[in-house]
Amino acid sequence: MRQKRSSDWLFHLYLVLFLVYMIAPLVVMGGAAFNDSKFPSVYPWVGWTDRWFVDLWNDSRMWTAFRNTIVVALAVVAISVPIGTAAAILINSISGSTRSFLYGLMVAPILTPGVVIGISTLLFWNTFGIGAGLHLSVLGQVSYIAAFVMLLVLARLQSFDRGLEEAALDLGASHAQVMRRILLPHLYPAIGAGAAIGFFQSIENFNVTQFTRGNSDTLTVYVFSKVRSGITPTINALALILIAFTLLCAVIYEVRRRSVARRA
Amino acid sequence: MNDLLNRYGVFLTTVIIVLTAFWLLMLVVLPNIYLFENSFRPYLPVTEVGGPKDVYSLNNYLTFFDSPIHMNVFLWTVIYSSVVTVICFVIAYPLAYYLSKIADVRSLPLIFLMLFIPLWVSEILRAFAWFIVLALKGPLNASLIGMGIIETPIRWVTGFRGVLIGLVYTYVLFMLLPVYNAIQSLDTNQIEAAEDLGAPWWKTHLRVILPHSKPGIASGAVMVFMLSAGSILVPTLLASTNSRWFTEIIQQWMLESLDWNTGSAYAFLLLILCTVFVSVVMRVFRVKLSDIAK
Repeated sequence: MRQKRSSDWLFHLYLVLFLVYMIAPLVVMGGAAFNDSKFPSVYPWVGWTDRWFVDLWNDSRMWTAFRNTIVVALAVVAISVPIGTAAAILINSISGSTRSFLYGLMVAPILTPGVVIGISTLLFWNTFGIGAGLHLSVLGQVSYIAAFVMLLVLARLQSFDRGLEEAALDLGASHAQVMRRILLPHLYPAIGAGAAIGFFQSIENFNVTQFTRGNSDTLTVYVFSKVRSGITPTINALALILIAFTLLCAVIYEVRRRSVARRA
Repeated sequence: MNDLLNRYGVFLTTVIIVLTAFWLLMLVVLPNIYLFENSFRPYLPVTEVGGPKDVYSLNNYLTFFDSPIHMNVFLWTVIYSSVVTVICFVIAYPLAYYLSKIADVRSLPLIFLMLFIPLWVSEILRAFAWFIVLALKGPLNASLIGMGIIETPIRWVTGFRGVLIGLVYTYVLFMLLPVYNAIQSLDTNQIEAAEDLGAPWWKTHLRVILPHSKPGIASGAVMVFMLSAGSILVPTLLASTNSRWFTEIIQQWMLESLDWNTGSAYAFLLLILCTVFVSVVMRVFRVKLSDIAK
């Protein structure tokens, strides 16, 4: 911490303005879900209604998209967590130019536009007769989400004491026991964070999904097609629900973090 | 490799290598090679694939270089993605400095919670939110008129303005977080030393804080540029009639013309653009790839 300054109030003001800038558009979007106007807006305010929520509830296409999104996200987490963890362990055990080369390959998908990942995944699997569909969306998303998991686990591996493994092996533990009882428990926080980030990234993903999905919908694709084909405030209703869900997750995370911090 | 064998035995080592190999080969390297290969092949009906007409050529790339419109769109995408990157930095830097060196540490969790909510809300909803805010008869114009700042509604979405506003809003946090992390790792004593020795505030920033935050700036710049240039949602939702984005043309080839070969040539151009940008940033900021990917 620096000493307090008289100019600090400028920074405080800047922070407040920035937070308003970040959050106000979301409030406007959420508020429009209750406005009884055919075009989504908070202004002019026509009247209070819940019919957009009812419309949304009765939209079977939304429910299919919702189910698809969850299934894809779970599959992405299930595949990218083992891959990312394995890749981190591998890269942590090698050094020199091989390491730099592999590391470069592993982080490349994060720096690749989703459009490119989507199209290349589609072309590659299509040559083996595997056509577009949500299974390809899963594979395309795994290619960069595994990289996030890898980075998180790799960071956690830096604080790992290898002496523990050697001691366990010397005392007669099997390799599987060393992995399950010593290494993995140390990595669990990073693996958990990786799974959470992967889940959210997958739900949000549009660019990869758009090119690999075939005819199936996910929630982002559903919203996109709704926005293009004629906007109704049902999208705002969906947005409000999603934001509320995000808020809930964030608050739970914060409460847990505080209780952990208090215990420590 | 021997190290892994000693620690985890043959079976687990095999599993680790197979998983990593599957990822890097089947999901990263080979798809990109196929993308590259396909971009040189002609678009043919299914029956003629592999036939005499299926030969390699540069035609798909020539389509791009023969089309002034497409080259124009590509150029504007590069220019406006760079502008977005610069604006994001200008907005994010003072805030990152404030959060890491001035703000009360106890209030940080709450501030970050508030910042993370828009980050976790999906890109399409963030773009959609601005679509509503910026509407001609929307809340922004209404409140500006109400406050007496303007008299007639402003048409916000003209040219690339809507896209610019949307992209900055959507990606500014990808600049803020890495720059914050970088400044935070700077020892505050260094700032105080500079001030005690009589450096004016701008010199402290220029000579002490900015150089130290280089890896964070590089990381943020790469992410913001790549995400902006690769964005489909924001340019589609906030576009005016004369602001086309390069990804929209790729999408047209892939999903409307169903010409995947020309589509992959265009996608490959986008990939080259991002690769060039990453290398330039690494060279200019003198940082390694491991500094960027954090």
